Amino acid sequence: MATAAAQRTARPQADGAAAREPADYQRVFDAAVAADERIEPRDWMPDAYRATLVRQIAQHAHSEIIGMQPEANWITRAPSLRRKAILMAKVQDEAGHGLYLYSAAETLGTGRDELLDKLHSGRQKYSSIFNYPTLTWADVGAIGWLVDGAAITNQVPLCRCSYGPYARAMVRICKEESFHQRQGYELLLALSKGTPEQHAMAQDAVDRWWWPSLMMFGPPDDESQHSAQSMAWKIKRHSNDELRQRFVDICVPQAESLGLTLPDPDLTWNEERGHYDFGPIDWSEFWDVLKGNGPCNEQRLTQRKRAHDEGAWVREAAAAYAAKHTGGAEAAAHETTGAERA
Amino acid sequence: MTATGPATVPVTAALALGDDALVLSHRLGEWAGHAPVLEEEVALANIALDLLGQARVLLSLAGDEDELAYLREERAFRNLQLVEQPNGDFAHTIARQLYFSTYQHLLHAELAASDGPFAPLAAKAVKEVAYHRDHAEQWTLRLGDGTETSHERMRRACAALWRFTGEMFQPVLGLDVDWAALESRWLESVTEVLGRATLSLPEGPRTGAWSAGAGRQGIHTESFGRMLAEMQHLHRSHPGASW
Repeated sequence: MATAAAQRTARPQADGAAAREPADYQRVFDAAVAADERIEPRDWMPDAYRATLVRQIAQHAHSEIIGMQPEANWITRAPSLRRKAILMAKVQDEAGHGLYLYSAAETLGTGRDELLDKLHSGRQKYSSIFNYPTLTWADVGAIGWLVDGAAITNQVPLCRCSYGPYARAMVRICKEESFHQRQGYELLLALSKGTPEQHAMAQDAVDRWWWPSLMMFGPPDDESQHSAQSMAWKIKRHSNDELRQRFVDICVPQAESLGLTLPDPDLTWNEERGHYDFGPIDWSEFWDVLKGNGPCNEQRLTQRKRAHDEGAWVREAAAAYAAKHTGGAEAAAHETTGAERA
Repeated sequence: MTATGPATVPVTAALALGDDALVLSHRLGEWAGHAPVLEEEVALANIALDLLGQARVLLSLAGDEDELAYLREERAFRNLQLVEQPNGDFAHTIARQLYFSTYQHLLHAELAASDGPFAPLAAKAVKEVAYHRDHAEQWTLRLGDGTETSHERMRRACAALWRFTGEMFQPVLGLDVDWAALESRWLESVTEVLGRATLSLPEGPRTGAWSAGAGRQGIHTESFGRMLAEMQHLHRSHPGASW
């Protein structure tokens, strides 16, 4: 991979009056992507590439923030102090992941406030999985094992994504996510090997979270509108169906060692393919949840907006204090950045 | 509940300090997903985790941490009434943090410097608590000296929690501390921070005849029972289970 300095000399920059024709910009960009180099914030990039990345990174950031809710739902009821500490640390990490990702999105010329505004007004989405409720303590384990497991399967290839700031954020996030995933697995294992009531609680949670987790990989390849372009740009490295298959192949033996079953009568090893075959996904449910009609869509967005609205006076106080005590330096710095972006 | 710790550790003191940390950690945990800004999601959870870590060490000195946290009833808890107060708005949470973390920082600094049984624990905790105190002070300044609205909210919060602050300086059996000196250092610090925040020290009593040291004796406020009901429900529903 070229160093940042070398890239700056080799590639035309968005804000530089380089002596090149627009067609050259595209050619240099395409060559960098083809050579598996990283695109950096000051490099020229196609508008559609920028827009796709903003949409994807923002949606990813929003998912971390909304994803705090179903788990935070159990912080005050965690059944041991050790589990409570693990869960608090995990929810804290998710807020941190949201911060990394908003920062990565901001390198593309947008702002966190603008993105949050789009989330709150429903113009940008978050992962459909977080519209399902956490009904028992075992759901915290199922989320760790299945939801974080699916997220990792999706996100590890993103560590090689063509856009540098996103790829680097994913390296940091994946390390923490795999830790959470192991903790979720271990939580379920403790339940599965515990009392009959605890085992039943674990099985029930896996039964409810299995299919929604498979939906996290997105629609089937032939219905995925952004896939082909994202793969050509090397934002995505594998298709939805490939990643979904990889996830199923990983989960089946893990479920066996947990002593739990997966709620799919069609799940069988296919010797010829070297993969597990699995049953049909209820895509009508997927589209329904995506459209806002899942069990918790309304609740999740309402809570997020309420936290934001009720916190407005706190943010205003911090800004007013900064203006009084730093001679407006912070506010001025913010203005300059905004002007540069514009 | 029989609490049997090593003979060298005064159980009453371990429970008092441990319950303070446990209960305040729980209250801060209630903020998850509700904070005014993402950075505060991180900060409040961070403080809650530090306190939970302290609580686990202290309760383990007094017995089994989970039995003590989940199977004692309200009247057996030894925490200050201050730390069990509901979160209220962000100003109430910050006022509670300012009062408590200033106290906890001064107390742990003194314990760390002593040769008592809590010195090693306090030496570690004092570093964490210095950060909590700074966080509370910085927000007190921003809210007090921010907008008119934030000033008024912070003023009200400081006044509302004032009557719970006297209890912090009631002697705790097993802690060899000069409580009067601790109290005057606390007052000096809080007065100074509130002054910089353009707020004045609240008026009115800091304890009542009925409330002096009440939390330490297991007399709590009404919201505490509900907090425990939520905290203990799952654990109590599965007697003897491991998690």
